[in-house]
Amino acid sequence: MERTLTSGAILGDRPRPAKNYLNETKGIWSWMSTVDHKRIGIMYLVAVCTAFLIGGIFALLVRLSLLNPQHTLFGKHWVTAEMYNRFFTLHGVVMVFLFIIPAIPASLANFVLPMMLGAKDVAFPRINLMSFYLWCGGAALGITSMIVGAVDTGWTFYTPYSTTTDGSVGLMTMAAFILGFSSIFTGLNFIATVHKLRAPGMGWFDMPLFIWGIYATAVIQILATPVLAITLVLLLIERVFQIGIFDSRIGGDPVLFQHFFWFYSHPAVYIMILPGMAIISEIIPTFCRKTIFGYRAIAYSSVSLALLSFIVWGHHLFVAGESDLANVIFSALTFLVAIPSGVKMFNWLTTMYKGNISFETPMLYALAFLFLFAIGGLTGIFFATLAVDIHLTDTYFVVAHFHYVMMGGTVIAFLGGLHYWWPKMTGRMYSEKWGRIGCALVFIGFNMTFGSQFIMGGQGMPRRYFNYLDQFQPIHAFSTYGSWVLGSGLFLTAISLLASLKVGKLAPDNPWGGTTLEWQSSSPPVVHNFEEQPVLEHEPYDYRHRTVTHV
Amino acid sequence: MAIFWLSVVMFLGLMIPMCYFAWRYRYKPGRVTPHQTHSTVMEVTWTVIPLLLCVGLFFWGIIGYMQFAVGPGESMEIQVTAKQWLWQFEFPDGTRAVNELHVPVNKSIHLVMTSEDVLHDFYIPDMRVKRDIVPGRYTEYWFTPETIGKHVSTCAEYCGKGHSDMKATVFVDTPKDFAIWMETGGDEWMHHTPEEWGRIQYEQKGCQSCHNVDGTRSKGPTWKGIYGKPVKLNNGTSVMVDEAYLRESMMQPSAKVVDGFENIMPTFQGLLRENEIRGLVAYIKSLQ
Amino acid sequence: MEQQFDTSKIGMWLFLVTEVLTFGGLFAGFGLMQNRYPQEFVEAHEKLKRLAGATNTVVLLVSSFTAVMAVLMARTNQGKKCARYLWMTVGLAGVFMCVKAYEYTADFQEGLFPGKYYSHHGDLIAGSHGYATFFSFYFMMTGLHGLHVLIGMFLMGWLAIRAKRGEFSDKYYTPVDLVALFWHLVDLIWIYLFPLYYLIT
Repeated sequence: MERTLTSGAILGDRPRPAKNYLNETKGIWSWMSTVDHKRIGIMYLVAVCTAFLIGGIFALLVRLSLLNPQHTLFGKHWVTAEMYNRFFTLHGVVMVFLFIIPAIPASLANFVLPMMLGAKDVAFPRINLMSFYLWCGGAALGITSMIVGAVDTGWTFYTPYSTTTDGSVGLMTMAAFILGFSSIFTGLNFIATVHKLRAPGMGWFDMPLFIWGIYATAVIQILATPVLAITLVLLLIERVFQIGIFDSRIGGDPVLFQHFFWFYSHPAVYIMILPGMAIISEIIPTFCRKTIFGYRAIAYSSVSLALLSFIVWGHHLFVAGESDLANVIFSALTFLVAIPSGVKMFNWLTTMYKGNISFETPMLYALAFLFLFAIGGLTGIFFATLAVDIHLTDTYFVVAHFHYVMMGGTVIAFLGGLHYWWPKMTGRMYSEKWGRIGCALVFIGFNMTFGSQFIMGGQGMPRRYFNYLDQFQPIHAFSTYGSWVLGSGLFLTAISLLASLKVGKLAPDNPWGGTTLEWQSSSPPVVHNFEEQPVLEHEPYDYRHRTVTHV
Repeated sequence: MAIFWLSVVMFLGLMIPMCYFAWRYRYKPGRVTPHQTHSTVMEVTWTVIPLLLCVGLFFWGIIGYMQFAVGPGESMEIQVTAKQWLWQFEFPDGTRAVNELHVPVNKSIHLVMTSEDVLHDFYIPDMRVKRDIVPGRYTEYWFTPETIGKHVSTCAEYCGKGHSDMKATVFVDTPKDFAIWMETGGDEWMHHTPEEWGRIQYEQKGCQSCHNVDGTRSKGPTWKGIYGKPVKLNNGTSVMVDEAYLRESMMQPSAKVVDGFENIMPTFQGLLRENEIRGLVAYIKSLQ
Repeated sequence: MEQQFDTSKIGMWLFLVTEVLTFGGLFAGFGLMQNRYPQEFVEAHEKLKRLAGATNTVVLLVSSFTAVMAVLMARTNQGKKCARYLWMTVGLAGVFMCVKAYEYTADFQEGLFPGKYYSHHGDLIAGSHGYATFFSFYFMMTGLHGLHVLIGMFLMGWLAIRAKRGEFSDKYYTPVDLVALFWHLVDLIWIYLFPLYYLIT
C-alpha cells in the first residue's frame, strides 16, 4: 500500500536507471581496485563501522569491569587491573584513530561531497583509494598489536610510562602513524576538490555548508596530523633507541611529549566535530523546509574553529606543571574557541523558528545533537575556567565531557547523516519506526551512561581507575546499565539499516525534498554521479522555489 | 557552582526554544516558510553576550587559580615523592612518612613534588588540590587546609597497574595533635595488637601492591606460610625466614632476593617506625 | 587538462605543507632542547664537519638549478635534454649522500652516536645529557632529510627514463613540475638545517 511521505518528497518523474554505481561492475576485484568515490565511501563506511563495533566492545568491557568494586560477575573474578588498563586504552585508540577521525570525512563526505559540488569525483581518485588502503594497513597493524601484547598506556601514550612499559606500544604507534597518513591524504583530496571541481556558477558562498565544514576539517587534517606523525616517530625512537627527549633520566622532558601530542590532538577533536556540525547544517534546513539562518556566520565559524583550534592545546596541561602565564593565556584562548560553536547553535535554532518541521529519524538525531552538544560544549567551559579545571581535570567529569561532544556530538551526527543519505547511497528507505526506536534508545542510554559520570567526577572519582571507593558503586552500576541500553540502541539501528537493504522500499531521487545537488541524481547514483552536468540555479537552501508533489 | 547554574540557564535557554519550536512549527501541509537568511542585530547580540560572559568567567577562574598557584610568604614546605605505587612525604625536620600526610589546620602548606619513575598526580578531592608530578623536575602547589579530619588523596595521572590503589590519607590536625604526631609518629599503634597493626601497615605502606597474603605470587613473594621456613634465594643459597631476615628485607631488600623474583623492592629505611616494623613481623608470623 | 594540472599542483603544495609541519615539529623540538642545554649544544656543534656541510649546501643549490632546467626542457619539448638535467640532479643528490656517508662515518668513529649510544669522551660538562640529545636530533633530522633525498633521487630517475622516451611536452609536463617542486622543498629544508646545526654560535 502506498504511504504518503509526510516530508512532501520530491519524486523524480524520470525512470530509475538500470545501472548504478553499485551494479555497473561486479566482483570483488572491481571494488578493491575502484577509484569511484562512492564505492570508496561505502568501503570506508563498512570499515569504520567495524572499528566502531570493536571499540564499542572494549567500551562495554570497561563498563562491565566497573560494575562493582570487587570486579566480580556472578561472584567470579574475571578481570585484573592489567586487563582493565588494556581495555580502556584499546577503546580509546580504536575509537579515536580507527573510527572517529575518518568516520564522517572518509565515508559520508567521500560519497556526498563531490556530488554536492556537482562533480564526477574527487580531485585525486587514486589517492582516495590509497587513503583507504592506508587505513586498512593501519588497522591491520593495530589489530596485530592488540593480539601480540596490547597496550596499556591510555590512548594518550604519555611518557615516560609509554617509553618504558612492556606491551606492544611500538606496533600500535606505527599503526597510528600510518592512519595519520590516511587522514592527511583524505584532507588533501578534499581541499583540492573544493578549490577546483565546483560546478559552473557555484562560488564559495553558493556551496552547501556541509562542504564548508568538511573543508575546514581538511585544513586541520593536513596541518595538524604531520605533527602527530613526527611525535609518534619520536616516541618510537625513544622507546627503541632511548634518544632521550622525553625521558628525564636521560635528559629529556616528559611534559614536552604532552605539548607535542596535544598540538595535534586538540585540533584533532575539531576534525571530529566539524564534520558532525556540517551534517547538522544540512539536516536542519531540509527537515524544517526553511533556508538556513546565518549561512555566512556558519561558514566563517567553521573556518575560525579550524584556525583557533591550533592555539588552545595548553588547556590539556593546566595541572601538568607549566607556568601560570601559559595557563592564563591558554584559558583565555579556550574561551575564545567556544564562541563560534555557540554561534552555530543559535543559528540552527533560529532556522527552526517558523519552519515546517517533520520528525523523521535524521531530524530526531539532529535534535538529539543540539541537546547533547549543548551539554558537552557548556561543560567545556567548566574546564576553560582555570580554578574549576584544577578540581575536575583527570576525573570522570572530563570523561563525561568529551563523550558528550565526541559521541553525543559526532556519533549522533554521523548516525543522523547515515540515515539522511542512506536512501541516496543504497537506493532503499530504512524503516522509520525502527530508526526512531533506535534513536530513542541511543539517546536514553547515552545520557544514562555519561550523565551519571558528571556527578561522579564532581565528587572526585578519578579516571582510568580500576579500583574505586565504595561510595561510587551505585553511580558506576547505573552507568554500566546505561551502556547496555546504548549498546542495544546502536545494535538495533545497525540491524534495521542492514535489513533495509533487502526489504526497504525503493527510494526516490529526493525523499526529503533537499535542495543540494546530490538530490538531483538518482538513488543510487549512476557511476558518474549525474547524467548531465548540473548547473546551479539558485542560492543554497532556497525553499522558495520548491514545487512539492506528494505520492 | 556558579558556572553550573550559569550553564543550566544557558542550556535551558537553548532547549526550551528548541522544544517549543519543534512543537509549534511541526509539519503542516501547504505552510510556507519565511526566507530569513540572517539578521545582523541578532547575530551580533548572540556573539557579544556570550563573549562577555566568557570574559567574566575567565577572570573569575584566574582569581581562584592564583590562590593555589602562588603561595603566601610563610608556608610549611613538604617534599612529596611519588613512585609506583606509593607516596612518600618528608617534612622540614626530616620526618618521613609513607601514604600518610599530616598537616596542621589553617597553615599554608607548600608541596614540592617529584616522581621517581613515571608521571603521577597528587589529588585531594576535598581540598581542590591537584597537580601532576613529573620525573626529573619539581612541581609545586600551595593550599591551606581548613577542615579538621581525615581526607582521602588519590593519584590522578595514569601510572600503570597500581594507579587506582595509590591512595594516601591526609590528616588535618589541630596544631597540638600535629606536634604530637611529629614527635612520636602518632599513638595509634598502641590501640592495636601487633598483628593488627602490622596488617594496617601492610595495607597503608604499599606492601600490598607487590605482596599477596593468600598464597598467590605477585611482583613479590607471598607472605602466607613463609615464617619459620627456609626460602631459596637467587644466588642458590637458602635462608631461614625469621625476624632478622624480615627486617633486612625491609631495610636492604637487595641484600637477599628470593629466587624467581626481580630485585625491584624499594627500601623502607627511614620510612617505617620501629613499632611498624614489629607489627609487620608479627603479622607475617600470623599468616600460617 | 589545465584544470587537472592546476589541481595536481594544489595537491603537491598541500603535501609540501604537511612536510613543512613534520620537519617543523623537529625544528621546534631542537629549539626547545637547545634552550635546555645551551652550552652543550654549542660545544657539540663544533664537532660537526663544517666543510662537508657547506659542500653539501652548494651541491643541493646547484641541484635545484638543474631541476629547474629540467622543467624548462620538458616544457619546451626537449625530452632528451630534460632527461640529462634530471640525471644531473640525481647525480648531485648522490654526491650529497656520499658526503653525508663520509660525515656519518667520521662521526661514528669519534663516538658521536645518538641517544644512549653516545660514547664520545672529553666533553666539557661531563655526564650531561645535552651532547647525546644534540646528536639524537642531528641524526634524526639529517636522516629524515636524507630519506627524502633518496626518494627524490628515485622519482627523478624514473622521470628521466620517461623523459628520454618523450613522454613530456609543452602540453604535459606535470610530473616534472611536481617532482621539481618536491625537490625545491628538500633543498629548502637543508638550507634551514645547515645553519641551525653547523653554524649557530
